[in-house]
Amino acid sequence: MKADHRVLSSILLIGLIASISNTSTGQDVKKIGIPELEKILKSPDDKLFVVNFWATWCAPCVKELPLFEKAAGKYDKSKVSFLLISLDFPSQIEKQLIPFLKKNNISLDVTVMTNLDYNSWIDKVDPSWHGNIPATLFFNNQKKKRHFHAGEVDGNELEKLITRYL
Amino acid sequence: MKKSILLSTAGLLVALLTVANEPYKAGDTASDFNLRNVEGKMISLSQFNDAKGFIVVFYCNTCPVVHKYEQRVIDLHREFSSKGFPVIAINPNDRNVSPGDSYEEMQKLAKSKNYQFQYLYDESQEVARKYGATNTPHVYVLSKKSGNLKVEYVGAIDNNADDASAADKHYVADAVNKLLKGEQVPVAGTKAVGCTIKWKKV
Repeated sequence: MKADHRVLSSILLIGLIASISNTSTGQDVKKIGIPELEKILKSPDDKLFVVNFWATWCAPCVKELPLFEKAAGKYDKSKVSFLLISLDFPSQIEKQLIPFLKKNNISLDVTVMTNLDYNSWIDKVDPSWHGNIPATLFFNNQKKKRHFHAGEVDGNELEKLITRYL
Repeated sequence: MKKSILLSTAGLLVALLTVANEPYKAGDTASDFNLRNVEGKMISLSQFNDAKGFIVVFYCNTCPVVHKYEQRVIDLHREFSSKGFPVIAINPNDRNVSPGDSYEEMQKLAKSKNYQFQYLYDESQEVARKYGATNTPHVYVLSKKSGNLKVEYVGAIDNNADDASAADKHYVADAVNKLLKGEQVPVAGTKAVGCTIKWKKV
């Protein structure tokens, strides 16, 4: 009985690994909560972090994604780190988010914030944030530089902000 | 040349006015408005003689977060309109930026979903600006206090947009229930995640 159980769990585990590696071809989607978000925000590395909050359901967010992709290609990864934090609903990660990332060839790191109790973490990102997206946070904790940009950015603006806080 | 200077002056004025107008928060006095509903009638809050207050929701046709909350808005109206707190939904989105939010589309949606609450069109976006709404859905719970409209709560409907049954903080329902008992609203404000209002392009 116990052995059967073990065999069954191994099969399940293999299946799980297979399905994970299947869905992550070309795109890995991590799911995070508040502790992981705080870890990102407190990252001690001496580099500029550009963290964009977005969702596939947010048209202006989708519109500006190519700008982040383009900018990421221009800078050394050791100097600037880009991260897209998606607010897509957990029930739509498989149906909506992952197909979107594949279709649009998004190569940047994508993380999904699965804590929907927005008021328990929005202020940790920035107290001035109303909760509307897109929104982008620029920071280098070691250099004590920090800038929160609510709303869309255009290409020039993004480059300007990166250069300013680099 | 002159025209462009005039235009930029006008733009600057709009910007100044927008900055000068602080978003409403609990304790403020809200203004009434006069907006067209989907039946073509002009609606003001002063017309609701029996109301004790209002659940004003900046709302629209096209935002997926509004879609998630649609049934909850219908339910809020069903539960609270007879108790004196009707839902007043206001669509502030510009039809040129978001064609799915035109007045005609509002009429179609209200009819197909048989909305029992007022669904109003803020074509000039003045009401959204005055209230300081930033996105849809964005709720303002108002109470009638000695002839004035007092802002009691601003923010989200509850704390789980994806799944109503998983929400364990029902900000709007809790606020209205407290007001009905003559008690203090427990949470005066939250941040509402949603779709940014589609402002007119200047």
